[in-house]
Order: sequence, then structure tokens, then C-alpha cells
Amino acid sequence: MTHASATVDVMRAPYPAERGLDVYNHKLGMWVFLASEVMFFSALIGSYVILRFGAPGEWARPGVVLNIPITAFNTFLLICSSVSMVKAYAAIADGDQKGLRLWLGLTILGGGTFVGIQVFEYIHLVERGFTPAGIREGSELAEMVAKGTLPAATSGLYGSTFFTMTGFHGFHVTCGVVSMLYLYFRKVLPGKYSRQDYRGIETVGLYWHFVDLVWIILFTIVYLI
Amino acid sequence: METAHKRPNYILIWVYLAVLTAAELALAFELPISRNLKLLLLLALAVWKALLVALFFMHLKFEKWNLRILAIIPVPLALIFMFAAMSEHIW
Repeated sequence: MTHASATVDVMRAPYPAERGLDVYNHKLGMWVFLASEVMFFSALIGSYVILRFGAPGEWARPGVVLNIPITAFNTFLLICSSVSMVKAYAAIADGDQKGLRLWLGLTILGGGTFVGIQVFEYIHLVERGFTPAGIREGSELAEMVAKGTLPAATSGLYGSTFFTMTGFHGFHVTCGVVSMLYLYFRKVLPGKYSRQDYRGIETVGLYWHFVDLVWIILFTIVYLI
Repeated sequence: METAHKRPNYILIWVYLAVLTAAELALAFELPISRNLKLLLLLALAVWKALLVALFFMHLKFEKWNLRILAIIPVPLALIFMFAAMSEHIW
């Protein structure tokens, strides 16, 4: 599990910690923000679970409406970008500027591609007739409802919960990509981070891993169950 | 005295996450098991993956307990919130 033989604690940042929780303010602020984000996504997921269990009819089976292969690829992409983010962190903690630029660049690319694929998925779903208000009349999915292969009673709930949850997550990913782009051009390329101070990378990294973590839960709940 | 940590093998964690994602897909669409068991196993796999990300990528495994508590506190609150909201379907 380990591949480093350092005698110093490489998992502890070199800058001075504030009194109290013994972490620097940026990191503490991010953790408090992430704690509030847990409650935000809990509200969304909780609403989905309640609506689904209490729905008047059967819910659409996984894979009937949503495109699972492309979303599975997107999930894998987000996991890859989480790894590249932590590699960027490890690179600058070792003072490797080139490694930081490479891994953070790959993370931005992965995040941007994730959002692009999600937009493509939305366009494709709306074209097929799946909208936040339910299934559009005269569409391909409406024909499936007419044939009885897709339940109609819950389609409005399904559409609204699906687009709300994945939309808010996509918004978070977009915010992460914008934040990383800012860091990349204003801080990373000019070489403002060093092994003595890489607080921005660690803080935005925490946010990015949290976004990945939320998607892991959402993918299972929305796409697989 | 502070204990020195070694950096985890991030690529190995990535392999675990990729394998667990593949296992989720196989479980969801290939394995002929009951729906309730499938639901339970899929949720367990998702929690396992989430823990890997939190412990190794967010470095909670290497943080001091005071920060870990800050990270853990919203989880039981979220569970209480969900169970409270679901109570009308359970009882």
C-alpha cells in the first residue's frame, strides 16, 4: 500500500496550523463548507428516496430511460480525475512544479469532459422525450409508455428528481473546474505554489474529491437501483 | 510525539475504485439475485467506494481526530434526517 520511505510526515502540510482544530483556516473553512454540502445533498437524495418509495406506481427500471454505459464511463472519468488531483497534490508537496502542472491539467480536462458528456446526455434524453416535467407527448419514450414497457404514473417525479440531483451535481463539477482553471492560470503556471505553501491545491482538492464522492453515491442511487 | 505517515499508493486506490465500479455494473445488470439483496449490495459497494475516496484521497485516514469528527458529524445528522423523513413509509 505504500511506496514512499520518507522519515518526515508527508501527509502533514508544512505551514503553521491555527489553534483549536490544529489546521490552517483555508482547510478548516473547506471542511465546514463540505459538512454543509453533505446536508444539501442529503436533502436531495432523501427527497428522491421518499418520492420513489411513496410513488403511486412502479419506477422506470435502470437502463430503460437512462444511458448506463456512457454514465459508467463518466463515473470512471471522474474517478480518474480524482486520482490526478491527488497526484497534483503529491507532486507539489514534493516540490515538483512540472508534475503539478501535468496532473492539475489532466484533472481540469477530466472534469471538463465529465460536464461535456453530461450536457450531451441531457440533450439526448430531452430528444428522446425525457424532461424535468416527465415524458413529452409524441416522443420515443411516450411510445414506450403506450406499449406498456415504461411506467407513466411516476415519470414526472422521475424526471424532476433526476434532473435536480444530477443538475446540482453538474453545477458543482462546473464550479470545481472553474476554480481549478483559476488556480492553474493565476497560481500554478506562474509557479506561486511550492513545497512550503500549497494550500490552494489542498483546499480545492478536498472539494474535488467530495464532488467525486457524491457522484459515487448518486450513480448508484439514480442509475443502478 | 507525532507519528510519521507514508503516502498511500494512489494508483492502487484508483484500481480498487475501478474494479468496484465494474462490480457494481455487473451486480446491477448481470447477477440474477433478488432485488432487495441487489439493493443492499449496491449500497454497500457505493459506501465502500466513498470511504476509499474520503480516507485516502481526502486524507481523512491521516488527519487528527478533531478534524475527522468535523467530517463525520454531518453523516449521522443526514441519516437521522433521511430516516425521519422516511418514517411514514416504514411504520
